[in-house]
Amino acid sequence: MNIAVLLNMVPDLVEDLELDASGTALDAQWMRYVLSESDEHALEQALLLKDRHGARVTVLALDYGDVDEALYSSLAKGADEAVRLVGIPREGLTKRAIAVAFREALRGMPADLILTGVFAIDDLDGHVAGLLAGLLDLPFVGVTRSVEPVCDDRVVVQKEYPGGLAAEIEVDLPAVIGVLSAPQPPRYVPVARIRETRRTRAVTAHDVSSIEIPPGPAILRLLKPEPAKRAEMLAGSPEDIARQMVAILQERGVLR
Amino acid sequence: MNQSGRDVWVYVEHLRGAVAEHTYELLGKGRELAGALGGRLVAIFLGEGVHPLTDTLGAADSVLCVEDAALAGFTPQAHASVLRSLAEQQPPRLLLFGATSMGMDLASLLSTTLRMPLVVNCRDICVEDHRIIATNQMCGGKLLCQAEIADAPAIFTVLPGAFPAAQGKSDHPPAVQRIATPVPLEGLRTRFVRLLEPAAGDVDITKAPVLVAVGRGIQRQDNLALAEELAGLLGGAVCASRPVIDQGWLPVTRQVGKSGMIVKPRFYLALGISGASEHIEGMKGSELVVAINSDPKAPIFEVADYGVVADMFDIIPALLGVLRARKGLAA
Ligand SMILES: Cc1cc2nc3c(=O)[nH]c(=O)nc-3n(C[C@H](O)[C@H](O)[C@H](O)COP(=O)(O)OP(=O)(O)OC[C@H]3O[C@@H](n4cnc5c(N)ncnc54)[C@H](O)[C@@H]3O)c2cc1C
Ligand SMILES: Nc1ncnc2c1ncn2[C@@H]1O[C@H](COP(=O)(O)O)[C@@H](O)[C@H]1O
Repeated sequence: MNIAVLLNMVPDLVEDLELDASGTALDAQWMRYVLSESDEHALEQALLLKDRHGARVTVLALDYGDVDEALYSSLAKGADEAVRLVGIPREGLTKRAIAVAFREALRGMPADLILTGVFAIDDLDGHVAGLLAGLLDLPFVGVTRSVEPVCDDRVVVQKEYPGGLAAEIEVDLPAVIGVLSAPQPPRYVPVARIRETRRTRAVTAHDVSSIEIPPGPAILRLLKPEPAKRAEMLAGSPEDIARQMVAILQERGVLR
Repeated sequence: MNQSGRDVWVYVEHLRGAVAEHTYELLGKGRELAGALGGRLVAIFLGEGVHPLTDTLGAADSVLCVEDAALAGFTPQAHASVLRSLAEQQPPRLLLFGATSMGMDLASLLSTTLRMPLVVNCRDICVEDHRIIATNQMCGGKLLCQAEIADAPAIFTVLPGAFPAAQGKSDHPPAVQRIATPVPLEGLRTRFVRLLEPAAGDVDITKAPVLVAVGRGIQRQDNLALAEELAGLLGGAVCASRPVIDQGWLPVTRQVGKSGMIVKPRFYLALGISGASEHIEGMKGSELVVAINSDPKAPIFEVADYGVVADMFDIIPALLGVLRARKGLAA
């Protein structure tokens, strides 16, 4: 089975988010990008399928942020090939444009299963997985927690619902799956192995500059929400804070 | 523009014979939007044998009920192809979905197949002289993005909890139009197999009066012992956000949020949880919320009654000390 895993870099929320002068975009100068969490799970899901049933795994990502780190780390974890999509600017890139770029990159590439995260924290005009499935007119299920092969051209997935409920759905291949989580936590790969991979393996570049970038919604402004209601903050030494908390719990009748 | 071109459609979500509470939130907001646009509010109900459930959808001007065996168990493909066909025949002005497992899939698929613009994860949607302005929430609640959709049909997914459900509930039965599927549903490439119930047997966190909730900030599995001890002293149980469950450190039965449990304990102590909307969905009904987070900008402080900006590993030992001392236990 040929599996393509689509990776997306998203703003690192550990850093403070700063807006640019226009107030309609994040200030790239201050931004660090990290691999989107559900894409990490999509990669893990692909590698599990490879470990258990054999597969050839190709990872693809658009060229921005420290994308090479994500690509080489995918190779170190067990991916067979890594492709960096070049030729389109990051600025103003909508999710639909990202989906169009991935469609272009997948053209002529054998892929029975296309796995990507079901969401990213900066989604505005859609979620890439579903948008891409619509563009490719392929079967699609999102919000999965497991993907298992049934036979050569069919998988069965578990789609999550509230309350720990899930639906089992059979999907004919080729298909796009929007992964929420893999059946096990994303594997860890030591930094030394990634460094070695950087020396011994190569990432190929694929030019997608020919795509027509579709328009997105007009962004009027970005704002950091001013909370309508905000917690009353407890301050002091840890002991002071602990005593205040216990006093509140007593007053509210949680502790007697 | 013809009449239908001003309508607001709400996709009715249902599972195991019950309409999702979130659907009423959409109907309530949809009512207001339909009024502002001069159109009708139409509830779109896809399934099999579901028409008795339409009784509760009286907030809509009408319910369009499409029944077919292939729509019984949800698959994105079957439901999207019916919606697509309906929308091609009579394009609505707005098509509203929940930002839920079902809604996320349908909205993105339809946005490309119908070539309709989409704004996901909306906290608000309003009409200002025929322009639609949607407020999308991103970056785990740290940013809001106001986007404008020009005068054209558009799709939105709405965060659960963004609007009150009360306005979407009505006692009088709606006008129901039952139709056969407008597109053939044989030979689809995705097939619903069955529902899988959650594993039983663990602690039922929905019944615990006190919950000590741990998030990614707990850092290591060993540290869960601290939370367990706190929960023991407070007479409650330990629950968690998704990343902790994904690590396999606690069973899925302990997950709070969109794909986990909805909890309403008397006291919810959030340790190292950022407060993503998917988590807040599951715990905002708690009576008293205290959050400890090292990031003063963490959105969890918006829903907490009391907050502590600190490293939880400084606060927890002190809290354990005070609680042990109260019980006459040695510190
Ligand atoms: C369809 C769908 C369903 C989902 N369902 C759920 C769900 O059911 N439940 C759920 O929780 N999430 C769910 N999510 C995921 C959700 O979007 C968030 O990713 C998740 O809630 C984040 O968990 P967190 O707050 O623990 O982690 P993070 O967002 O990483 O936050 C960790 C926090 O810990 C703080 N911290 C770190 N170290 C310390 C320290 N030493 N002391 C104090 N604070 C510290 C940090 O400041 C940060 O705020 C779902 C997502 C999707 C798309
Ligand atoms: N869907 C949501 N996700 C995250 N926070 C929310 C959401 N809805 C409301 N809030 C916050 O929860 C608090 C109560 O909101 P409300 O119930 O709308 O008055 C406010 O601080 C809001 O900012």
